[in-house]
Amino acid sequence: MSVTPKSQVVLQVRDLACERDGRRLFEGLQFSLQAGAAIQIKGSNGAGKTTLLRTLIGSSSDFTGEILWCDTAYPQSLSVMRESLLYIGHRGGVRSGLTPLENLTWYGADHEDALNALDKVDLTGFEDSLCHSLSAGQNRRVALARLFLPDSPRLWILDEPLTALDVVGVAALEEQMAVHLYSGGSILLTSHQPLSLAGLSEVNLSDYSVSEPFEDFGGEHVDS
Amino acid sequence: MSTVDVQTPVSEVRSGPGFMALFRIEMLLALRKRADIANPLLFFVTVLALLPLGVGPEPELLAKMAPGMIWVMALLSTMLSQESLFKGDFEDGTLEQLTLLPQPLYFAVLAKSLVHWIATGLPLALLSPLLALMLNLPVDGYVCLLASLLLGTASLSLIGAIGAALTVALRRPGLLLALIVMPLYVPVLIFGTGAVQAAIDGYAYSAQLAILAALLAAAAALAPLAAAGAIRISLDN
Repeated sequence: MSVTPKSQVVLQVRDLACERDGRRLFEGLQFSLQAGAAIQIKGSNGAGKTTLLRTLIGSSSDFTGEILWCDTAYPQSLSVMRESLLYIGHRGGVRSGLTPLENLTWYGADHEDALNALDKVDLTGFEDSLCHSLSAGQNRRVALARLFLPDSPRLWILDEPLTALDVVGVAALEEQMAVHLYSGGSILLTSHQPLSLAGLSEVNLSDYSVSEPFEDFGGEHVDS
Repeated sequence: MSTVDVQTPVSEVRSGPGFMALFRIEMLLALRKRADIANPLLFFVTVLALLPLGVGPEPELLAKMAPGMIWVMALLSTMLSQESLFKGDFEDGTLEQLTLLPQPLYFAVLAKSLVHWIATGLPLALLSPLLALMLNLPVDGYVCLLASLLLGTASLSLIGAIGAALTVALRRPGLLLALIVMPLYVPVLIFGTGAVQAAIDGYAYSAQLAILAALLAAAAALAPLAAAGAIRISLDN
């Protein structure tokens, strides 16, 4: 079995600075993400972790510096990048009016694969309950079940994937991430919790902050 | 485990849901929230049923007011139901996921507007002959009322999507939504009531219906574009 050369850079960030509501969050940010590698974005509340992810998926265009996907700069490469992107934000993208099974089918899974994925996130027995009757942790699991579908997009960008997950859930997720990395995928995630994952490097946004971060700037999401 | 070739992204391109898939899922959600469908209809019927109590039951007076009242109430009940058009999807993150799909957001907005019309405009138009009867509308106006409402409410659903998209990130969009959307509703209202009035007076009303149809064609082409742009702006802060 051949594995993709690990040196292949998929996503590169050069001298990136992001603003939010007129406040510069960080500047001079540099990193490159390789195939088969994962990066954990760290930083205190309000350091701009979510803003960074939203910039990288192209939802926010308020940045200076360069972002390159497979050596082509944004925004030209944005549509190509999105074809290989699986993004799970702090809002999971789970429709409360649908069942977990319908939610996964909506994301393009076929019936068997969806059932398998739900089994792996320990939601067997809840396939046909409406999501608004499930708990926060279970809804999170429905969102994360997308990671367990076959033919996964190459780049995973995950905003606080471990929030509301129990110990078993975290272990299952780590295992799936390892599988993804082994097959040549890349992961960019934010988390305050330590992850045990081979090939994981860290980027701390606080090292690039312009001024000291404010506690009250976490309006975008609540860290638990 | 298969090897992933990083050089050729084509091999693992996601196609994303097509228009029919978007439409089906929206229909399914609409059918599960029957209360949301019933509310604007009940509002429409209740107010029109109360009208004779307010202005008095003289048949001539009611007949004179009927086209305008039915149209204005159709406008209001469409607008009231529009507030929640993107709200749920915004809050649970679906809207964000929709913007990341390879295909344009246009189709998602079009599907949503179409389902909104099927859930509010269509039943409202189908109910209108009953209300016309209650308000003593001359029989000559019935067909025209039904036809103009069918065409007009579809335009209203599409135009209202722009306002709903612009205000989706706000906590209480109510009044702002009305201020944005009402001026855009005016042409539909004018030609809708104009058509019914012409039919009652015994004139040809095909010109007004043609203009309503033209408005609908323009709204179907442009409103989802504007709404898609508005959604991206709303999500970008």
